[in-house]
Amino acid sequence: MITQYIFYFFAALLIIAAGMVVTVRNPVHAALFLVLAFFSTSAVWLMLEAEFLAIVLILVYVGAVMVLFLFVVMMLDINLVPMREGFARFLPVGIIIALLMAIAMGSVFTAIYFNGAHLDVVTPTATDVNNSRELGKLLFTEYLYPFEIAGAILLVAIVAAISLTLRTGRSKKTQDPSAQVSVKRADRVRMVKMKSEKKSG
Amino acid sequence: MLSDIFQWIQGSILSPLVNLVVPELFQDEALLLLGILVKIVAILIPLLLSVAYITYAERKIIGYMQCRIGPNRVGFFGYKLLGLGQPIADAFKLIFKEIIIPSGANKTLFIIAPVLSFAPSIAAWAVIPFDDVSVLADINAGLLYILALTSLAVYGVIIAGWASNSKYAFLGAIRSAAQIISYEIAMGFALVCVLIAAGSLNLGEIIEAQSGSFLHWFWIPLFPVFLVYFISGVAETNRAPFDVAEGESEIVAGFHVEYGGMAFSIFFMAEYANMIMISVLTSIFFLGGWLSPLQGVPLLGSIPFLSDHGLIWLLMKTSLFLFCFLWFRATFPRYRYDQIMRLGWKVFLPITIVWIVIISIMVVAEIPPWFN
Repeated sequence: MITQYIFYFFAALLIIAAGMVVTVRNPVHAALFLVLAFFSTSAVWLMLEAEFLAIVLILVYVGAVMVLFLFVVMMLDINLVPMREGFARFLPVGIIIALLMAIAMGSVFTAIYFNGAHLDVVTPTATDVNNSRELGKLLFTEYLYPFEIAGAILLVAIVAAISLTLRTGRSKKTQDPSAQVSVKRADRVRMVKMKSEKKSG
Repeated sequence: MLSDIFQWIQGSILSPLVNLVVPELFQDEALLLLGILVKIVAILIPLLLSVAYITYAERKIIGYMQCRIGPNRVGFFGYKLLGLGQPIADAFKLIFKEIIIPSGANKTLFIIAPVLSFAPSIAAWAVIPFDDVSVLADINAGLLYILALTSLAVYGVIIAGWASNSKYAFLGAIRSAAQIISYEIAMGFALVCVLIAAGSLNLGEIIEAQSGSFLHWFWIPLFPVFLVYFISGVAETNRAPFDVAEGESEIVAGFHVEYGGMAFSIFFMAEYANMIMISVLTSIFFLGGWLSPLQGVPLLGSIPFLSDHGLIWLLMKTSLFLFCFLWFRATFPRYRYDQIMRLGWKVFLPITIVWIVIISIMVVAEIPPWFN
């Protein structure tokens, strides 16, 4: 009863937020609406008892990815006027793509693989099943191979990203902390001994 | 004990009230919601009071460390009482000050930002176990929930910096965001060590896994991770010596330079609530939460009151870490920005990753007394 109302609330919030992401003018606002959309998605997932996925969605996408995204959007000085110029020109292409996507999404309901008759009815499991533990077991036994491949791909991406931004040679301006720490007073200060002078005259 | 009090409140106040007011159809839901509401209030009021009085403790402790007296004038009813009225007076002053919104600021986001920074630090309290039965939401993925919520605190800072439309605020926000994201990774890996050692994501079970004696607590097998977690916690809350986000000497006051009155004080409260949060979490993960340190000690362990587990031990452990927060602030000079980044990425992150391997080996080898 009460869970239904909560579901409708978050579902409505999700749709509104997702709509605002594409319609709102200010890119920072759009990014923040995307955060709201992630949030409501995660709330809906929580109601499906997928607590691990729901919390990881918040942790990874909201807590890390969107922060960096927001960062970039805030730093770039995006001029809004040229972005709106080509609207009429690109409208036909946009409509065609939108139609294609609508058809693709609609076909989910009709295709044989996704037909309701082929699916087992999902029964809620007993409350003492630990969602994260079950997912972990599956990932590290049955799906170990895809899991490792995904990890390797991510590692390659990290190495590529670092090697693209790594500056070496003359333009490198990094400090050497161990050298900084081991500096002695004698390296920086010269003690000068001199006799006190008297003002003449 | 806490749960007994709650049972009494629910039995003799809430259910007659609900029977009287709410129509029959919604009575169960109303009772459930009201029960949760009572628990939330029971957590929030002590939390906000502690936030107020930690500011007093901070000024007193740092005062004594610097051979000053600290606030000692404002009391109640004409008595000075060591200046105990100071936080209340400060709160009144801040409430009645005008909130100024800069003309170039983005109004909505400017107002939302303090809320966004305060909300996660309160919401995280939902999964904190206060003793073996008292917890608001006893969820399986408690540790993940904590990680997710602490990662949200950065939004308040970024949005405040951007919405203020001021270069100092924006610089502070960028510094703080980069710092929080960097230390969150070390913190996350430190928590991975904890969950490997405990074999559970549930905070109650993590505490149970440490029972035995104070030598069974995770601070011994996870000692480097314990230090990394607490120091990352200091960095995560933007406290000294990691407070480059504020950096009074360079960027005035960082992300909240344009805020005044209550809007500013919400940021302030969020910072202190986060400090309490980190202290509670460190004592739960590494010092056995509400477990009594005298448990299993030969002679002292048989004294009835001292060896009982309970909220009092959690509060004492938390106070210890809170004192460390204040001590750090009085002792250490501010880190340089590149040193902060170096410490996070090149020192803490490798330590935690190496310790994940070591703790896994310890768990698999079932090394006593922790993992047998």
